[in-house]
Amino acid sequence: MAERGARLLVVDDNKVNRLLLARNVTLQGHQAETAENGRIALEMLRRSGFDLVLLDIEMPDMDGFQVMEQLATDKALRDVPVIVTSSLEGVATIVRCIELGADDYLHKPVNPVLLKARISSSLEKKRLRDQQKALVERFATSAVAADLQQGGFALGGKRVQATVMFCDIRGFTTIVESQGPEETIELLNTWYTLMFEAITSQSGVVNQMIGDGLMAIFGAPLPVAEPPLAAVRAALEMMEMIELLNAERAAEGKPALAIGVGIATGDVFAGYTGTQERATYTCVGDTVNLAARLEAHTKQAGRGILIDGATQSALGGRVASDALGPVQLKGKAQAVDVFALAAARRA
Amino acid sequence: MPEAIDRTVFSELQQTAGADFVVELLDTFAEEAPHMFAELRAAHEAGSAERFRRAAHSLKTNANTFGAAALGHMARELELSGLPADASGVDALQMLFDTTMPALQELARG
Repeated sequence: MAERGARLLVVDDNKVNRLLLARNVTLQGHQAETAENGRIALEMLRRSGFDLVLLDIEMPDMDGFQVMEQLATDKALRDVPVIVTSSLEGVATIVRCIELGADDYLHKPVNPVLLKARISSSLEKKRLRDQQKALVERFATSAVAADLQQGGFALGGKRVQATVMFCDIRGFTTIVESQGPEETIELLNTWYTLMFEAITSQSGVVNQMIGDGLMAIFGAPLPVAEPPLAAVRAALEMMEMIELLNAERAAEGKPALAIGVGIATGDVFAGYTGTQERATYTCVGDTVNLAARLEAHTKQAGRGILIDGATQSALGGRVASDALGPVQLKGKAQAVDVFALAAARRA
Repeated sequence: MPEAIDRTVFSELQQTAGADFVVELLDTFAEEAPHMFAELRAAHEAGSAERFRRAAHSLKTNANTFGAAALGHMARELELSGLPADASGVDALQMLFDTTMPALQELARG
């Protein structure tokens, strides 16, 4: 369960309350640490990560209200859920707690069943928030993620330098027709898992999955030291993984899989597109089109990985490639220099 | 005035926190309560309504934890009625505590 083994801080100046709350929390399978006033609690919270705080209000040396005020202004701590446990009477206190960001208010003596339900709910909410945060961070730079968390999101984007990769499975239709749908889905899942691993291990971001193909970006939104080199390394890794997969498939008497990869480097326009309700982080521009065209050209060229001139010159000879000369690609007014990675001769 | 000890509350506490733990917790209350009474008297002498209210509040909360209903009720009256003219209320609370605590301990050790 999500809330198993969470780390809780029990803050109460009254020893009986403190011990009892810590006991209840421990019996629920969590770890409990205790603080006898707000000042000590803040020190502990700043020192190490807690998943949730059970907070008393009336305490000497910084009360619960002051603790919540401090938490709200602390970037690292403002998302830690707080459940107030107090026996102060009157709605005004409860209102103030909620206004200061408390998740909940429980009257003392606290009913253990109610406490358990509230802790579970708060931890679950925190888990979802953390998940959301992680998701945003995966599809955006930490700067963008921080911006999103603080200022919300806005459609639009900016021009950035990046390397774009397109990849798909060759002759996928033939494979689909030769096997059942379950087997096809399983094959796709295996394929996606392998490709994702190669791409993310090189700090790339897969931002589109279309049937048997995918698009990945290197250098935006996640910053990458050398996007062209990272993309090329990912592509080589993908080829290696396909070879391993094919060895397995051959042992099972299944046909080999081949992929084509196109890589291009240059300016892209990156940002959020869509509507206010549903948006995606994406990149558009000539570089994106070029990468897609290069991927499509792998079949004609009979080579596994094709890269454009900008990517090739950024490699500085660190990865060997063969010049295929200027090629007239579909949708391009002028012929472009195309290079094939020497290590991936098979299409 | 409610009954001295609400047995339902007490046995629920034993069930949820464990009977052995309740014995320890009562010992803690027995150790802490004299400080709370001392604070109550000091606050009264110093004329500090806020300190007086807080000390009464602590006693109320702990009494209610163990189901010591009468004690909790009396402490609550002190908490909510402001600084009293004399210490008779504190004396009465002390007397009630002195009889309630042994009863709680007997229950706890069952």
